[in-house]
Amino acid sequence: MFHFGGASCNNCDIEILDCLTPRYDIERFGMQLVGSIRHADVLLVNGSINLKDKNRLLEIYKQAPKPIIVVAIGACGCTGGIFAEGNTFAGPVDKIIPVDAYIPGCPPKPEAIIAGLVKLLEK
Amino acid sequence: MNKIIPIGPYHPLQEEPELFKLYCEGEIVKDIKWETGYNHRGIEKLSESKTFDQVFFLVERICGICSTSHPFAFANCMEEIAGVEIPDRAKYIRSIIGELERIHSHLLWVGLAGHFLGYNTVFMWAWKYREPVLDMFEMITGNRNSYAMFKIGGVRRDIENHNIPRIREMLDFLKKKTDLLTGAVMDDPVIHARTKGVGVLTREDIITYAAVGPTARASGVDIDVRRDDPYAAYPLVNWKVITAQEGDVFAKAKVRLLEMYESISIIDQSLDRMKKEKEGEIETVVKEIPEGMGTGRAEAPRGEVFHFVKTDGSNYPVRHKIRAPSYVNIATFRKTCVGQTISDATISLAAVDPCYCCTERMAVAYDMHTGKKIMNGKELIELSARKTSELKA
Amino acid sequence: MAELFEIKELNKIFGKKILEVVVKSTRRAIVTIEAAEIVAVSEFLFRELQFRFIIATAMETDQGIEILYHFSKDITGLILNVRVVLEKENPAIETLTGLFEGANWIEREMHEIIGIHFNNHPNLEKLISDGNWAEGVYPYRNRDEGQVKK
Repeated sequence: MFHFGGASCNNCDIEILDCLTPRYDIERFGMQLVGSIRHADVLLVNGSINLKDKNRLLEIYKQAPKPIIVVAIGACGCTGGIFAEGNTFAGPVDKIIPVDAYIPGCPPKPEAIIAGLVKLLEK
Repeated sequence: MNKIIPIGPYHPLQEEPELFKLYCEGEIVKDIKWETGYNHRGIEKLSESKTFDQVFFLVERICGICSTSHPFAFANCMEEIAGVEIPDRAKYIRSIIGELERIHSHLLWVGLAGHFLGYNTVFMWAWKYREPVLDMFEMITGNRNSYAMFKIGGVRRDIENHNIPRIREMLDFLKKKTDLLTGAVMDDPVIHARTKGVGVLTREDIITYAAVGPTARASGVDIDVRRDDPYAAYPLVNWKVITAQEGDVFAKAKVRLLEMYESISIIDQSLDRMKKEKEGEIETVVKEIPEGMGTGRAEAPRGEVFHFVKTDGSNYPVRHKIRAPSYVNIATFRKTCVGQTISDATISLAAVDPCYCCTERMAVAYDMHTGKKIMNGKELIELSARKTSELKA
Repeated sequence: MAELFEIKELNKIFGKKILEVVVKSTRRAIVTIEAAEIVAVSEFLFRELQFRFIIATAMETDQGIEILYHFSKDITGLILNVRVVLEKENPAIETLTGLFEGANWIEREMHEIIGIHFNNHPNLEKLISDGNWAEGVYPYRNRDEGQVKK
């Protein structure tokens, strides 16, 4: 999985990172975070996307090996959250790239993230 | 060979938001350029369209790690404008939440610093011991992050007396684990080798850059908002400000680790004294905010958070200025990185504990003369980890 | 209200150049000065009285474009706000980066969001706006137009 953080407060980033830690340990489900989009099957996006991030996100999506599953995480990823009315808002994510799954929450607990990802992978 | 080295995002998950460009000649960093704007969300402007009560939810999400500090400073600011004093129980609750946050934030930092040095076990331990703190937050406030505890005049939820024994249990557990982590970090000769004398900021540097927080305290600049401009329960309990003199990465780590003990003590004392206050008295009702201007500050885990609000008697702020501590601390990178080797750059940057959201992520290194990209963030972390393993051998 | 020591010292040196003083408490005060004096006053506060620069706030009011420079004297907990009022058309003021590096970023930001020019600033380039809004557009001005919906 490759993670892309937009203009966020980092709560979601930390909860995603938390999934790696011993209590949640997603590696037992066969999920791993990779450093490059080219090695990824799943793209995790969180954060409200501002105009500057939009280009980066599009580039990352272009570089991603298809088919790629896109997951929007957190209230910001799903709808822009509390930042949607800001003057630099350019999202939400599904306006920029196609999204396959949404995991809402502010931030979603690691259990919610894992549950969402497991559901997705079962499909 | 001259090269520019990008400092990659130190967050193992993140990639390529170009923030820092380190221009290198051989192994030494000669110049640093940065580009920000990736995280800009227009919060100050958004604040003008929210009622004062709604602003709390907005400012909480400026930063996930210092999630309490912004509402804290904002509440202090608004209470100054409204001219109200909050009940003692609310003061204790506010301080407890603030200190719990400091603990979890410093643990997070220890984990990340460990990761950059190549000590992934430290990373796993530190984040594992963060979990009980987050559990406490969930028990008290309902959420692991973004607690929505503050309102003008007090707090929204009480810490019920019957929950206090569980909090105490967690504190005892945490003290033992802090001993463990402190011992592991402070006594390890390789960590000494990687962090002593690295990323040094002198007293003069701190004053010129107006840096704050543990970054400043590690260079002998004795400032702490909790003591200098007291608020909440800090003047009501006994604790001390931790400082160090050397100003290097090791000193910054030491200050943060020792601060955790102080935080545990503050929470302990606050829980004790809170028992004497009547349960449920957690708010001074504020009906109106008069016209005026106010300033409020709080000591976040990274330093002083400052809020300024101008009001006009209506329910909305006219102007809301927010200054996070990382805004001034990150500018010190110019001092800590230039003249250092590339492999030390990652840990020097991490030592200031930049809040991603307060400042965004890091960038890539370029060749000083050809402009070609040399290393990305992940490679920089790997370089740093490699240096550690060479030292260990 | 007892006069603050710091205000007394400022009055001694700057006298008539201080246009207004409002002391709210022993820890909060605002002084309004002539914009031309900002470097001298800041230098006095920073070097002689050991104030620390916190940050600066720029806003548009009906008097013009105002900047509030926030200084902190950590030993006493005093926040002293230094206020200047600039004209709306081409607001300009001298940079403080010669005194302390801590002013560098915030002056760039104030330039981007409200259009103030800081004379002699070493690199008045974009800080946060590149890609986020166009040059010449100042989101914190003309507050009735483009105001976020309440």
